[in-house]
Amino acid sequence: MESTFQKRLGWSGAVVLIALFALVPVIWIISLSLKDPTTIGDGNFFPTKFTTSNYSSIFKQSIFTDALRNSIGIALISTVIAVFIACFAAYAIARLDFPGKNVLLLASLAIAMFPPISLVGPLYNLWRNIGLYDTWPGLIIPYMTFALPLSIFVLSTFFREIPWELEQAAQVDGATPYQAFVKVIAPLAAPGIFTTGILVFMICWNDFVFASTLTSTNSAETVPAAIAAFPGASQFTEPIGTIAAAAVVVTIPVIIIVLVFQRRIVAGLTAGAVKG
Amino acid sequence: MSAIQATGTGTATEQTPRRRHLTDRVKAERRLAYMLIAPAVIVMVLVAIWPIINTFILSLQRADLRFPQNNQFIGFDNYGSVLSSPLWWADVAHTLIITVFSVSLELVLGMLVALAMHRVIFARGAVRAVALIPYGIITVVAAYSWRYAFELDSGWIPGLFGIKSDPLASTTGSYIAVIISEVWKTTPFMALLLLGGLALVPDELHEAAKVDGASTWQRFWKITIPLMKPAILVALLFRTLDAIRIYDTVVIFNNGAHNTETLSVLASNQLLNRLNLGLGSTVSVLLFVLVGIIAFLFIKVFGAGASPTGGD
Repeated sequence: MESTFQKRLGWSGAVVLIALFALVPVIWIISLSLKDPTTIGDGNFFPTKFTTSNYSSIFKQSIFTDALRNSIGIALISTVIAVFIACFAAYAIARLDFPGKNVLLLASLAIAMFPPISLVGPLYNLWRNIGLYDTWPGLIIPYMTFALPLSIFVLSTFFREIPWELEQAAQVDGATPYQAFVKVIAPLAAPGIFTTGILVFMICWNDFVFASTLTSTNSAETVPAAIAAFPGASQFTEPIGTIAAAAVVVTIPVIIIVLVFQRRIVAGLTAGAVKG
Repeated sequence: MSAIQATGTGTATEQTPRRRHLTDRVKAERRLAYMLIAPAVIVMVLVAIWPIINTFILSLQRADLRFPQNNQFIGFDNYGSVLSSPLWWADVAHTLIITVFSVSLELVLGMLVALAMHRVIFARGAVRAVALIPYGIITVVAAYSWRYAFELDSGWIPGLFGIKSDPLASTTGSYIAVIISEVWKTTPFMALLLLGGLALVPDELHEAAKVDGASTWQRFWKITIPLMKPAILVALLFRTLDAIRIYDTVVIFNNGAHNTETLSVLASNQLLNRLNLGLGSTVSVLLFVLVGIIAFLFIKVFGAGASPTGGD
């Protein structure tokens, strides 16, 4: 009895350490964002003099408000399109027998493995020539493309676990494969689709490679790129306070998503990867 | 790409039996399948495969945006230039240092986190949510948080350890900071993949070993680890392939100063700052080859059995 109690105590200690490790950088950036400019260099973990001026200042700067709008819009649109397209492909992979299935999976895997920075050169040239440089579609197109392999893998794993007898039953009752998909399977697949959507949204929200290279102005720059380009008070001072405040603002929605949907995120991340 | 071939063989065997007489039903099924995959295939070919091929073609050319009149096909000369350049090999070393240290630290920490998440009985959801938070945070934000924590002018870390000179002005300090930032951000992902593997270890085995007098430590090494091998290999593979391409964190910390320039940063410098598409593309292709070799080693040498494609 005593040994199990001690063990439990040991694991609780481990959990506290993990929580500390996970939270310290988050608390630090929040505390940095609340530090008065005169105390930003004091090296204290917690602010000694509080201010909210960093927050009011970033919401007055169009570089940040525009970037926030761009981030939300671009990530949402990319997610919807990617998941929509991936649904069809994943259904075919999970359910239908067709030559070339392995080629499709291998090509997707190769795309997922390709270093995104390598595509920046060709896309940069092409986008400048056809006028997509520094526009929303200029980011949406690469985002949805690079979200496709992950979406297809995760969705096809979810789709395999759906009770397909129901689909056959519908087909016996005279439904076409298309009807069976839309009327029977789609509602069953909704949770998996939603999970995939969360993962894809987080990938788009996180991207820095494309955002920092395929945009140049407020019209399409997303938050990660904008933060890195924040102007300081002078050429030689880093706008630490405003960067921290902006970082906190973009972190809050993600933390909410993680806290609310943690079960789904865990299911989605493990779905694509670990199978016996 | 033959490296990955082995992983997909499960489905290949399913297709062979009926080939001779294609019934209408089979034909209709195939037609539907091609219609369903068409949008994804078209998008991936246009936006990914075509630029990948384009990158390869550019890597065979002298292509410099500043001197477009000098563009010409030069075969594999760019590869010779890159592979004989000390800069390339230095950046390979930088990338490998960051990859090896961060992935091995992540494996150890991720295993601890996974074991804790697996064992803990109270507040399971809360523990999992807190452990997941770093995964959700933007890499750029994580990098800034750690950078300002390490910087002498603003950070709490120099004060805590009594460091008087800026850690980020030295090579060692920069590596430690970049690696800690990476480890913090990606350990949750590692832990989740390992947790999935941990769930597959049957409790009965542990009970039986306990009866036979095996210690916790012995059971961990003789039962848990061997049974988790596929999950561990897949987690290592995913994270290694990801770490090799590290870009965001290095750029935010010091853009490759103090000998921390990685291969992705090198490629972007060639492509976007020096506008040398030929050499930049060559670096990109070589980086992809490196990624392919690592995937091949994992799958063939270590026998990563579980398919990274989602399995069959």
